[in-house]
Formats: sequence, C-alpha cells, structure tokens
Amino acid sequence: MNLVSIHWHTFLQALGRLFRPTNLLTALVIGVTLSLPAGLYAVIDNLRQFAGVESESQITLFLQGSASQADAAELAQRLRQTKGVEKAEFVPKDAALKELVKSAGIEDLAATLERNPLPDAFIVHPRSDDPAELEALRAELQQLPKVDAAQLDSAWAKRFYALLQVGRHGVLILAALLAVALLAIVGNTIRLQILTLRDEIEVSTLIGATDAFIRRPFLYAGALQGLLGGLVAWLVVAASLLLLNSAVADLASQYGTEVRLHLPGPADALALLGGAALLGWIGAYIAVGRHLRHPGRLG
Amino acid sequence: MISFDGVSKSYRGGHQALRDLSFEIAKGEMAVITGHTGAGKSTLLNLIAAIERPTSGSVVVNGQNVSKLRRSAIPYLRRNLGLIFQDHKLLYDRTVFDNVALPLQISGFPHAEAAKRVRAALDKVGLLEREKARPVTLSGGEQQRVCIARAIVNRPAILLADEPTGNLDPDYANGIIEMFRAFHQVGVTVVIATHDEHLINRLPARVLTLQQGEMRP
Ligand SMILES: Nc1ncnc2c1ncn2[C@@H]1O[C@H](COP(=O)(O)OP(=O)(O)OP(=O)(O)O)[C@@H](O)[C@H]1O
Ligand SMILES: [Mg+2]
Repeated sequence: MNLVSIHWHTFLQALGRLFRPTNLLTALVIGVTLSLPAGLYAVIDNLRQFAGVESESQITLFLQGSASQADAAELAQRLRQTKGVEKAEFVPKDAALKELVKSAGIEDLAATLERNPLPDAFIVHPRSDDPAELEALRAELQQLPKVDAAQLDSAWAKRFYALLQVGRHGVLILAALLAVALLAIVGNTIRLQILTLRDEIEVSTLIGATDAFIRRPFLYAGALQGLLGGLVAWLVVAASLLLLNSAVADLASQYGTEVRLHLPGPADALALLGGAALLGWIGAYIAVGRHLRHPGRLG
Repeated sequence: MISFDGVSKSYRGGHQALRDLSFEIAKGEMAVITGHTGAGKSTLLNLIAAIERPTSGSVVVNGQNVSKLRRSAIPYLRRNLGLIFQDHKLLYDRTVFDNVALPLQISGFPHAEAAKRVRAALDKVGLLEREKARPVTLSGGEQQRVCIARAIVNRPAILLADEPTGNLDPDYANGIIEMFRAFHQVGVTVVIATHDEHLINRLPARVLTLQQGEMRP
C-alpha cells in the first residue's frame, strides 16, 4: 500500500465509524455548542453593516474667512480627487446662516449683524466607517489649503463602534472558552473509541507500529467529527437567521425601512468548518497522546 | 546478535526482577531461558524488545543499544523481531488472515505482496485453510500457531517466544517445537522463555537458567 491509499483507506474507515449513534450525537453537541458564538458573530456582523448604512459619519471642513469662490472651487476639485472621500457638498456661508437663523428662530438677532460671521464649509462623506481611518482622513483634510478646521462628527458612530468591538471581543472569549470545552468533548468520544480498540493499539504497538500509525485513524475521526459539528452549527445559525428574517422585515417595514439579516459569507462559513475540524483534530491528538504513554507488555 | 552487559531491572515499587546479567546469544543460535515462576524470564524478553528499559547496564541487539533507543526508533527495532506472546494477543474481531497481515500493514507493505506472504506464513504453521476463520473458533494450539505465523510473516532475524507451549497438550506442543527447529535451521536467532521441561529437552538449544533474577552458572 502506498501512502495515499493508506490515508484514503483510513479516511473511509473513519467516515464509516462517524455514522454511529454516539458519534453523531457528539457532532450534534459540538454543533449546538459552536452555534452560540457563530450565531452571535453573525448578529454582530449584521449590526455592523446595518449601522454602517444608518450612521454615516461626516467631516465638516470650515474654510478660512479669506477664501474666495475660486478657492472653494479648487478645494472641491481636490476633495473629489482625495481617496477616502465618497462625496463632498459645498455649503456657502449665506446658506448656512439662513439655515441657522431659521432653525434657531433668531431672525431679529440676525438682522442686527453687519456681516455674516459664519465661514463657507464643505460637508465631506467618507467612504470608510472605521474610526482610525476617519481620523486619518480628517487630519489629511485639515492640511488642505484654505481650510481653517476639519471636524469629525462621529461621536455616535465611535461609541457604537466601540460597543460592537466589545461585542466582538466577547464573542472571541466565548469562542475560546467553548473551544476548550469542545476539545474535552471530542477527546472524550475519541477516548471511548480508543477503549474499544485498546487491544488493537496494544498489539500494533508491540509489533512495530509508529505513533503516527496508531494516531492516524483517530485524527481522521476527530477531524470528521469536528467538521460535521461545524456543519450542524452553520445549519443552526442559518436556520435561526432565516426564521428571524421575516420578523425583522416586519419590524423594519413599520419604521419605513427595509432590512434583511444576511447569512455568514463563504469565508466565514469556511472558517467555521475549518476551525471545527481543526478542534476535532487537536482533541483527538491529545486523547491519543495520553493513551500512547501506556503501552502493553510481552508476558 | 543479542548481548546483555551488567543488566539490572527494578520495577517501580522497588522489586528487583533482574540482577547484574551478562551473556551473549550469537547470530543463528537458539537459546532457552528457564527458571521458576517470577525468576525474570519475561522481563528479559521485554528488555530485548525495548518494551521495558533496564535500570542499569546495556542491552545490545543487532549492534543497536536498545536500552538507549529513542522512543521514535523503537517501532523499527520491533519490525526486525518476531514476538510470540504467552496470551497470543490476537485480535478477535478480525479474521486469521487479517491478524497475520497486521505487521505487514503496519510496515506499509504492498497489498498483493502482503497477501502472498500471509499465505506462506499460514502454510508454514498449517493453517492455510483457516484463513477466513475468527480466532475464537480456533483451539488454543491453533491460536498459538496464528500468533507464530504473525511473528514470522515479516521474516524477522530474531524470534522471541514467551511460554509458546504454555498450557498445550504434548501433541500440540510437539508441532510447535518442530516449527522452532525449522526456523533455527534456516538461520533465525530464536530465544524462548519457558519452564516447560518437555520443550527444553526436545530443542537443540543452549539453556540459560534464571534464579531470583540472577543467572545460574
Ligand atoms: N510490571 C511490573 N511491575 C512490577 N513488578 C513486576 C512487573 N512485571 C513483573 N514484575 C515482577 O518481576 C518479577 C519477574 O517477573 P517476570 O514476569 O519476568 O517473571 P517470569 O519469570 O516471566 O515468571 P512466569 O514464569 O510466571 O511468567 C516477578 O516478581 C514479578 O512480580
Ligand atoms: Mg513470564
């Protein structure tokens, strides 16, 4: 037998064993356990995208009093060419004053002014909603000629972002804790498999099997179990999101918007499956490693 | 081929199983290790196969210092040894054929070649027609022969047997004795641990006697 056919044979053997009730049950437990962080992650991802649409940050550029119409036009041109700027609206000082006067109800006061105290301004809509990138963009715009001040109006976005970040870290910590639990779960089922195959392991070791030879079928079993668990987790998350979707759509329509929860993308799904398989593999490795320290004897 | 130099073995708990053993077994020689129960016969065989490690002294097999062998090198040592266990250590959920094929499977032998070798080994021990049987359906003597077939299927240079005629009646025992003679004749180094007088008297072997873990002169 060459190496490929040995691996293929072992893989098929492990696949066959996978569909026994105890192993399926373990995969189910793994799946439900994993669906908790995976589901939270999906919810946070949805919130982030949702918030990205609704809470768009702005940068306001106030021009120097000496800036002319031509300066403003040139600045508009520069802004259009700046990477990171989605669009920029020019707000002439007269329009700004009118707006202010109207919203504050200070017509009388305004009438006493000799000249308009407000500067011309641009309202810049950035492409990114990442706080660090926003701050960098603000600093860059501040340096443009005839710009007096650049002000980032994103306190709310920042706070929301920070909250999401806390949520993400929470999910990571939860995932790490559950990963340890999963190692134990997989380790335990592999240990049961080892017990039923104890004689085979002992004899094989006594007649010259390497650790790798002993380990191989269990590693396949552990990885397959993890993979199946990951699949279960994905199905649980997908089913939950789809179920929630109609409720969310109802709610959103009452606020006159349209919102849909989206499923984890292919990269996230692959990460889930791969991570679960890896956990299974590691759990099996640990379980077999413990067993390999206790070989048998001749007589 | 096998040499012990000042070998002692104490088990955990302080019991000393072997005391300052020094001897050599030449290539192609047949040796019988005998002695009362608990004398240390099995311990001696276990040291040769690196199943146990000596507490002091050195065990050299085929030019390799087995007592200092790295863990990862041990499997390759064992593939050159044929081990015959007192309790057979057969796998009862596999056929006779699969049991004998196990060492070849472990060393990654090509399928077709392996099947030929397995049948040759089964033929040697007279069990060719039973290749599809499960070990439980065989008598004690037949199981011992399956164990022997598994030990020789790799064509090892050294055969280690622990009580190979354990509790077999003399007819069965004689058959097994004949097999050991045959292996000896084709140049295999054979080491047998036993307290079976019948076996000792019928083998053309050097007899090493252990007493309380020491070699009796
Ligand atoms: N794993 C072990 N741990 C502790 N003591 C052991 C162990 N194995 C053997 N012994 C002790 O070492 C001594 C030698 O044992 P060993 O099995 O080598 O004897 P033996 O000559 O093969 O005996 P028998 O004829 O009964 O098979 C005995 O006193 C036994 O109790
Ligand atoms: Mg013994």
